[in-house]
Amino acid sequence: MILKSFGKNGQVSQVTLCLLKTKHCIPLTVIDLECQSAHGLSTEQREFQKVAFDFAANEMTPYMAEWDEKEIFPVETMRKAAQLGFGGIYVQPEVGGSGLSRLDTSVIFEALSTGCASTTAYISIHNMCNWMIDTYGNIEQREKFCPELCTMNKFASYCLTEPGSGSDAASLITTAKLEGDHYVLNGSKAFISGGGDTDVYVVMCRTGGKGAKGISCVVVEKGTPGLSFGKKEKKVGWNSQPTRAVIFEDCLVPVTNRLGQEGQGFNIAMSGLNGGRINIASCSLGAAHACVQLARDHLLVRKQFGETLSNNQFLQFKLAEMATKLVASRLLVREAALALQEGRSDAVSLCSMAKLFVTDECFNICNQALQMHGGYGYLKDYAVQQFVRDIRVHQILEGMNTPCSP
Amino acid sequence: MSRVLVGVKRVIDYAVKVRVKPDHSGVVTDGVKHSMNPFCEIAVEEAVKLKEKKLFKEVVAVSCGPAQATETIRTALAMGCDRGIHVEVTGKDYESLGPLQVSKIFAALAKKEEASLVILGKQAIDDDCNQTGQMTAALLDWPQGTFASEVEIEGDKVKVVREIDGGLETIKINMPAVVTADLRLNTPRYATLPNIMKAKKKKIANMKPADLGVDIVSRLEVLRVDEPPTRLAGVKVETVDDLVAKLKESGTI
Repeated sequence: MILKSFGKNGQVSQVTLCLLKTKHCIPLTVIDLECQSAHGLSTEQREFQKVAFDFAANEMTPYMAEWDEKEIFPVETMRKAAQLGFGGIYVQPEVGGSGLSRLDTSVIFEALSTGCASTTAYISIHNMCNWMIDTYGNIEQREKFCPELCTMNKFASYCLTEPGSGSDAASLITTAKLEGDHYVLNGSKAFISGGGDTDVYVVMCRTGGKGAKGISCVVVEKGTPGLSFGKKEKKVGWNSQPTRAVIFEDCLVPVTNRLGQEGQGFNIAMSGLNGGRINIASCSLGAAHACVQLARDHLLVRKQFGETLSNNQFLQFKLAEMATKLVASRLLVREAALALQEGRSDAVSLCSMAKLFVTDECFNICNQALQMHGGYGYLKDYAVQQFVRDIRVHQILEGMNTPCSP
Repeated sequence: MSRVLVGVKRVIDYAVKVRVKPDHSGVVTDGVKHSMNPFCEIAVEEAVKLKEKKLFKEVVAVSCGPAQATETIRTALAMGCDRGIHVEVTGKDYESLGPLQVSKIFAALAKKEEASLVILGKQAIDDDCNQTGQMTAALLDWPQGTFASEVEIEGDKVKVVREIDGGLETIKINMPAVVTADLRLNTPRYATLPNIMKAKKKKIANMKPADLGVDIVSRLEVLRVDEPPTRLAGVKVETVDDLVAKLKESGTI
């Protein structure tokens, strides 16, 4: 087998694997990774994908290392993305969203993630919160919050996890006591993406009794007295988004900020997460796509034992395997997206399966790509390690791949 | 002063490493990523900007080629063109389609659409011909402002700053005119998601070269396509004398 290379160094857009005829007559097959990712998409979806790939290559790839190293929350870049419609991709147009489908969204996040997985993951969280307000909010709430979230004039955070409740989300203890026309919030949320730098907090809190049925969802705005933040966490990856604890101390939130009914909060949270899981899986896909390209590039350049690594059969097989798992992962994510947008009965399980399978497989692909870089893969001068670090957390959040539930 | 015609060409994406077909008849295009020619993107951007400045009423995007050419027209529509024209050329005719035939088509369309301005990319990145704009102007007997790095409409004239070998040349030409876009003319916008959706509703008219009375028979025959020779490794020498000796040896001096 011979591995051939295509594309410039750096911003490569294509991987081609050639399996030539051997004496065992394996037929000639050429796979172009970027063309592959466009297969089965409509003309519009290909256009969306093209814009997202271009944006990623021009506005994100050149900066992802700096954002990671200096822990920069790239507000201006995200606002540029919002100008293209990426701030509320599946939010209704009448409140400023792009009104696209879940599959459209997955395609977009997958492409954007090739530029910076961490920033794209935050953009997807922002989108999820925006959608929750758009879907469960009344007209006043939607008109108040969604337009500014769609333009990313304001940023959003999703607040469910607490120090004492991760996988066991329904056991959360942040309370919201009704007093007149306000809820008084007390408690704290942990690991909140964007926390402290964002403006709109979608918070799940306990208004009623124990369990899921006692949970409501309220929108808390930055600057509300009683709302404060913990220190910025130091993370292995996702460094282009700040992560902080969000603390409520007698924080007064108007009842008019409650989304939906009392007791509906847990359902709202979980339904947001269905889409969130597809989005996170899509981010993992993009990272894996980028890493397969990076690995391919490296194999063509690095020489050992008198020839380029690309002539090494083990590495050829490995790369082909990685490409195969990438395509398989993509198919599962896109099927889950279709199921969700069509309201199929298997949508929830598919979303969870997609998240589980894809985040695991794609992490392995990225990790394998790092391995193929040898010692260089461990250096921060090479992008592959950032993708590995950034998507490692996708196996943990938005539904732990290895939950401890009984 | 109402209409601008913009030509857009679907080419192999700039980032792809092109491969020659085993039979040396051309390059591999199947399964290879294609996009709008980068200079055509710049041309579209300029046309749309002129319309946004209310200097023109309508921008029409034109592409010649097989069915896939409509994808490129859709991109132009998503960037802000109002409607598209797909001149269908397929198979062997498409393989032999070159600047002379395309310029005949554009000339016919420019007359039919009563365009005041035709904006094209200065050249396509696949054949690098850099001829279509110039030939179109000649066929129409219109003035041309090629390698434009700045375009300004002044009444019924166009002021074009051209990038030439010696630097920059500023000319003023009467409309109707042909302008070809160079790299620094502008930075093309990204299509926005809403504009991509809106573009779905914009019309793309379909026609054949014969409908325009254009004969697209090629006067050129491609005999063979080869890759450039592999670049050989250099040789290191220790002293200037060695260098001179080597250069003399190779017949360079």
